[in-house]
Order: sequence, then C-alpha cells, then structure tokens
Amino acid sequence: MADKIPTRDGFGKRIVELGKDNEKIFVMSADLEDATRAEYFRDAYPKRFMTVGIAEQDLVGTAVGLSMQGYIPVICSFAVFLTNRAYDMIRLDICYNDANVKIVCSHAGVTVGQDGASAQCLEDFALMRVLPRMRVVCPVDAIEAKKATDAIISADGPMYMRTSRGAFPVITKESDPFEIGKGVVLREGTDATVIACGIMVSSALEAAESLAKENISVNVINMHTIKPIDTDLIVAAAQQTGAIVTAEEHQVYGGLGGAVVEVLAQHYPVPVEMVAVQDTFGQTGAPQELLDEYHLSPRDIVAAVRKAVKRK
Amino acid sequence: MKEIDIQSLEEKAIVCRKEILQIIHSAACGHPGGSLSAVEILIALYAFGLRHDPKNPQWEERDRLIISKGHASPATYVVLANFEYFSKDEYPGYRKFGSILQGHVHRKVPGVEFNTGSLGHGLSVANGMALGAKMQNKDTRVFCLLGDGEIQEGSVWEAAMTAAHHNIDHVCAIIDYNKVQENGPVKDIKALEPLADKWKSFGWNVVDVDGHDYNSLQQGLDDFKQNKGKPFVIIANTVKGKGVSFMEGQSKWHGKAPNDDQLKKALSELST
Repeated sequence: MADKIPTRDGFGKRIVELGKDNEKIFVMSADLEDATRAEYFRDAYPKRFMTVGIAEQDLVGTAVGLSMQGYIPVICSFAVFLTNRAYDMIRLDICYNDANVKIVCSHAGVTVGQDGASAQCLEDFALMRVLPRMRVVCPVDAIEAKKATDAIISADGPMYMRTSRGAFPVITKESDPFEIGKGVVLREGTDATVIACGIMVSSALEAAESLAKENISVNVINMHTIKPIDTDLIVAAAQQTGAIVTAEEHQVYGGLGGAVVEVLAQHYPVPVEMVAVQDTFGQTGAPQELLDEYHLSPRDIVAAVRKAVKRK
Repeated sequence: MKEIDIQSLEEKAIVCRKEILQIIHSAACGHPGGSLSAVEILIALYAFGLRHDPKNPQWEERDRLIISKGHASPATYVVLANFEYFSKDEYPGYRKFGSILQGHVHRKVPGVEFNTGSLGHGLSVANGMALGAKMQNKDTRVFCLLGDGEIQEGSVWEAAMTAAHHNIDHVCAIIDYNKVQENGPVKDIKALEPLADKWKSFGWNVVDVDGHDYNSLQQGLDDFKQNKGKPFVIIANTVKGKGVSFMEGQSKWHGKAPNDDQLKKALSELST
C-alpha cells in the first residue's frame, strides 16, 4: 500500500528549501497559511512572508506590486477563494500585466470533505485555463508536488498550482522526470487510455489493474499539466488505443476533460468518456463517500472505459 | 518648496485639455469627464511630484505612478506626451487598431507603469511596489491615482487596511474627487462622505487640496514628502469635465465623445 501524503505538504516543504537559496521568493497568504502549508515558509523566513488578512483581491494586487520590484510572490489560499473571489485581479493584474506571480491553492475537489460545497472548488481548472498566459498544474502526489514547485518557481510568468487537502497515494519516485506540459505514461495499454490528474491518477491505475482481469488493456497517463496541455501525447494515445477516458476531481465542463476533447476534436477524434463532477455542487461528507457519490471512484473509471471501448 | 512656474503649467493644462478632447473626438469614444478633472493632478505629478526621467522611463530610481482609474487614458497619455515621453504623432492612433494608445491605460505607452481598466486594482499594486522597494532599501515613492466612484469598490478598502497595518508611508493615494460618476452624482449613487474621516479612521494621513490649483497640489505633494508612519492620501477636489462649460459636472460626459460642433465649441472656450 502506497504512503498517503497531501500534495500541499510536498509544496510547503519544498518552497522552504527553495527559499534558502532564492531570496526573491516571497510567500503570501490571506489568513490560510496554516491550511495551505505556507506557514512552513513563514516560520523559516518571516521577513519574506506576509499575510494580508482575509482579503484575496488585495492579496493578488499586493503580490503583483512585489513582483514588479523583482520578487517572486507565491500566493496561497483555498482554490475557491483565490480563483473565484479574486478572478478579476488574477485576470488583469497577473495575466494582463504578465506578472511573475505563482498561485498555489489547496482545498480543491470534493476530497476537501467535511467543509462542504462552499469550500470544494470544482471549477479552478476551467477558470484558470481560459486566461491568456496562465499555466495550470495539478501534481499527482507529494513527490511530484515538490518537482512542480521547482518548475513553477523557475519558469517566468503566471502559474496556477492546485494542491490537495486530502492525503493522496504517493505513486511517483524522486527520480521520475517532471516537465511542465509533458504528461507521463504510467502504464502501457492498447484498448483505451485514461488521462487523469490529481487523485484520479491512482484511481485510474486501480481501474486499469481491475480491467486487465477482463482482458481490457488500459494505458494510463498522469496529465499533471492541464495547460499547456500535452497535445502530442493525447493524439498519440488516441492513435494507439482508439478510445479515451478523462478523469478529474473537477466539473465536467472546462477542465482536464475539456482540454483533452478540444485536442481530440481538432486532431484525432475518437470516442471519449469523461469522469468528472456532473454539473452539480458537492456536499458535506467524508472524502471517500463524496468520491463515490459523485462517481469519481475506480469503479466509475472502469465503467467509463468499458463504455468507451464499446463505442470504438 | 520647489519654485514652480504657474503660468507655464497653466498653459500646459490648456494644451492638454485640447488634446484630450481632440483624441477622444478622433476616436469617437473615450472618457472626457474624468480626464479633464485629472489634468492638473497629472501635470503637478510630472512637474514636481515624481522623480522621473522621460528619456529613461525605466530608470530604476524613479518614483512610480499607478493610474488606477484606467479610463483616464486620454489625460494620462496626453500629459505623458507633453512631458516628452512619446511623440504626439501617436495621437491619431488613440483607441485604434495597432496603436500603442490602448483604450484603457497600458504599458505599451512609455511612462505607464501598469495596465489598468478594471476599477479598484491600483492601490493594492501600489502597496506591493512600495513594500518591495522598502525591502530593497530604496526610497521609491509610489503614487496611485483613483477615481472617486472607484472607491466604492471594496478592494480599495482592503488595500487601505493593508497600507495602514504595514505603515506603508511612502504610498500616496490621490483621489480625483470630481463628485460625478457614470450614472450621476456620487452622493446620489453611493455617497462617500465623510470621505476624509473614512480614510483617517482607516489609519491614513489625509490632506484636502484644490485639484485644479498648482499651489494647493504642491502643498499636498510636499506634505506627502514629509510624511512618516502612516500611508498618505490627497483628496483632490476637482470638477468633472473641468474647462468645458457644457461638460462640467455632467455625468453624461463621463464616457462620451464630443461631435464636431461640440469639439469646436470646447476648443474655442479653452482658447479664451
């Protein structure tokens, strides 16, 4: 059984390590430094940490001002508060001004759990993906979250990274490569491809294992970058397997699935099934109960693969 | 106090007002009301408020100015051109395809620090710039021009609290208090008064000035240069559409271009 660690922990630890040598890194929060793990950085480098109180719009603007003085601000909150509440500021101050600001948000998806629908952000990929210049990353586990943290700091310009509250299985190794915009094939298969991100990747691997018993051979891709989407890998997977299933802890519209079908419709149409939240809000519950309720479990991926394969 | 040549600045203001109306007329759209109200504020800033160098707009030691009321692009561009940041040959391009003179304030124009256009953004950015400068032991001052209607945006008050909490005393907000917004008088739409007390209660030092009088503006800007311990706001009392009789105080001239006859009448008024 794999270890389970929230990806926010991977980010929180790595940003402290990066801050040791890179004095331009300036971490900011709107009173959620504890929950986002930005507090690790606050405790290590109090002079390069700032909270603006509960004021997400101000958080974005202040960060942008700091970036214009050469700092690399990393702003941390819950996904729902930054991407929804401060959208106009992210669009205009960060993206339109091409500011070198990194947005790192935890508490996305139904695995936020007991806090309920108000805190379960299910639209962050869609909101961030449509903004020019913004890149969107969702690491699969705590190890990948460290590498993604390195990548968003070293690349210039706007970045959005979704981290998790819930503990996700650790499925990658320290030695695995990570490059923004390059998906990773985790399991080779010939009958269908599951393209997943975040917690849905380990569920996809579980589904593939179970489908193998039915002699359905499934290719599994960890698509940790939702934008820029890895067009070449998606097209190659469609050519190789002829059917695609997308899986994400996000609304069915506009997220990873949306990005994948945009590629397929333009370059290589094949049958697609989308495992995602079906245009509804979440609710209070344990993460596993909610994954089951919103059809985000391995057995839902299994059903989607069978359906996609039948449509070939 | 720096000696200022009031007469030459007043002449500059007339030139700027005419050019503001001309570029809006030529674009057949734009925002004359809140541009005409901000002319003396902007001229004062570039004449004796900011440390700046038109020949080197990216000069590291310059003071910063964020135009948070990004619809005042005609005033911003025309004043920058009159301080020789760029050539007036660009004027016919205002609001036209391919021009550097974008509809709302944009960094394509030399001298512009930040792209704006959505209200309530500038003050947070100014705070961040000021904090960044301070951490690097620079004495950069950061100015932020806000509209009066703009401060109905809640984000302005988030920024006001941040500046006070962190004692950002090298930030100067300037409110173009022309008392009129797009759909009517500010006091009828959502009143700001008591405006000075609001800012004081938020922890700011406040001065009221006549935003069309250079001596008064200079007093306010000099007070800011001596300012310590708290952020500083200049409430510049102005007249919407200042200088053109039929535009003054009229909300309908917030965002409308003059036609040929109206332009002619306005230019003739400004010449006398």
